[in-house]
Amino acid sequence: MIAFLIRRIAQAVLVMLVVGFVAFSMFRFVGDPVSIMVGQEATAADRAAMAERLGIDRPFPVQFARFVGNALNGDFGISYRVGRPVMDLIQERLPATLELALCAAMFALVFGIGAGVYTALHRDGALSHAAMTLSLIGVSLPTFLIGIGLIFLFSVELNWLPSFGRGQVVDVGGWKSGFLTQSGLRSLVLPTITLGLFQMTLIMRLVRSEMLEVLRTDYIKFARARGLHDRAIHYGHALKNTLIPVITLMGIRLGSLVAFAIITETVFQWPGVGFLFVASVQAVDVPMMASYLVLVAAFFVVVNLVVDLAYYRVDPRLRTDHATARS
Amino acid sequence: MAEAPLLSVKDLVVEFPTRRGLVLRAVDGVSFELRQGEVLGLVGESGAGKSITGAAVIGLLEPPGRIAGGEVRLKGERIDQLDRGAMRRVRGGRIGMVFQDPLTSLNPLYTVGQQLVETIQTHLPLSPAQARQRAVDLLVEVGIPAAERRIDSYPHEFSGGMRQRVIIALALAAEPELVIADEPTTALDVSVQAQVIAVLKRLCREKNMAIILITHDMGVIAELAHRVAVMYAGRIVEIGPVRDVVKAPRHPYTRGLMGSIPDPAAEADRLTQIPGAMPRLNAIPSGCAFNPRCASVLDRCRRERPSARVVGSSEVACWLDDEQLRRSDLQAVVAR
Repeated sequence: MIAFLIRRIAQAVLVMLVVGFVAFSMFRFVGDPVSIMVGQEATAADRAAMAERLGIDRPFPVQFARFVGNALNGDFGISYRVGRPVMDLIQERLPATLELALCAAMFALVFGIGAGVYTALHRDGALSHAAMTLSLIGVSLPTFLIGIGLIFLFSVELNWLPSFGRGQVVDVGGWKSGFLTQSGLRSLVLPTITLGLFQMTLIMRLVRSEMLEVLRTDYIKFARARGLHDRAIHYGHALKNTLIPVITLMGIRLGSLVAFAIITETVFQWPGVGFLFVASVQAVDVPMMASYLVLVAAFFVVVNLVVDLAYYRVDPRLRTDHATARS
Repeated sequence: MAEAPLLSVKDLVVEFPTRRGLVLRAVDGVSFELRQGEVLGLVGESGAGKSITGAAVIGLLEPPGRIAGGEVRLKGERIDQLDRGAMRRVRGGRIGMVFQDPLTSLNPLYTVGQQLVETIQTHLPLSPAQARQRAVDLLVEVGIPAAERRIDSYPHEFSGGMRQRVIIALALAAEPELVIADEPTTALDVSVQAQVIAVLKRLCREKNMAIILITHDMGVIAELAHRVAVMYAGRIVEIGPVRDVVKAPRHPYTRGLMGSIPDPAAEADRLTQIPGAMPRLNAIPSGCAFNPRCASVLDRCRRERPSARVVGSSEVACWLDDEQLRRSDLQAVVAR
């Protein structure tokens, strides 16, 4: 277990270094930051001063080392566009994205697993067929279309839910949360569905097919032969065995929920990091883009680590590094 | 015998409707009885309907399969028409089942103890601590060493033979009166087979428990069963005491089946074979299902289906007269 953890953490560090290198390379090869910062009329002295301030007059390896060092201290430089530390900007925006991603993930998990189990157990029911057909729509429609469609239906036509922004937020120790106000919660509904729908249908279809597979196994037949209750068989024995591939999928997908919240955030004018990223790309704000890259990579790495640990929790066969072949 | 038999199966018919509207009969008019503590072997080729008969008795036919006729009685009470809840209580409670493959019959994500306790508490009103104690006792009973410790192991930490013992313990969790063992030793090594058979034999004796032993291994039958029923194309062709059926088979099919078992003591360099193959379920011949392969076939065999009649201590479903059936020199089905 410990060895496994250390191995995984070493891998994670390596991944982060590579990503950091890519992010750092952007400074070197995407445009000339000095020209962007000082403007057209600057003198050579101004340019040199700015280059020194940004630290780009040093040799490449030194710059990279400094970049990594600064990044470890949470310093990702100064945004070209806004002129404030990148980290501050991200910290302001991160709660919005994380809350949205969390809601979307919960939505996808709860409804995806629920619908998946239902459609597997009632394979020929009318509701199952309807759910399977609808899930095709969820899988095939692009996110922005779903978002716009939801806005049209629930905001424009029915006027039930807000179409943009986070509503009122409450500051809880520097974390601006939309969970505590009614308008904040109402604002979450449409973006959550938009962001989570694709994942939900994916999970639903995966759970359904895995569940059907598991229900055919010998140990389920044996569980029936032992006279266990249907409830125990379906939710205890079958569902638990179904969850392993779901955890894998969710691990990959949770990272992308954050990474690809960009589209949803743009559609709903959601003040999160994705929206910030789009603005930064338009302004060629390299430090901002680089930090976003590192941030998303860090998120993926952490989620994958958690997923590996979750496997450990669910599947005892993985825990037997030392205990195998006792029989 | 005045006392009602433990299990009585009468004219059992199991059908599988197919998509094209055709109905396949996998089990066609099977009848047998089982007394307390008796071991009945159910033998036959693959597809003869052995396992389906077992599944029908315990109410575990896979849809669309269904019991289309006949009745199954446990201690005189019909169990083939019980509702889901009542049948569930019979399964595991009064009738236990052991499956063929010990490697896949246990849920890999739960410890052996969890699965035992779950089964015990489903059927018996015991506290968690009592159920756990019973689980340990059961593991000891089926011969798992250090049961106290191994109870918290996961199935993958056991070998195949040990897992089959665990499965037997699970089948016995609620002291059933009858255990249906579907090929309990087929997936095991020969030496482990012997151990598992010994466990079954001992439990059967100690608990006065009846077993329906489904297998195509005549060695296992000879070792364990009191009586044996030979199935062919969904019908029982011969049923009787093991000694008689194995040593002096009456039905031509049984003779062929026994002749095809290698006997190391015999000098014969070729095994007897039965020509042809068992008919598919959609092409069962009229009359006796065995008639196209039978060397002693009569005209009547092609027209009328023979019903079981008593010959000696066995019952045989064949039109050949008693004299012919008794003649041990009748080389009914010997192929060249």
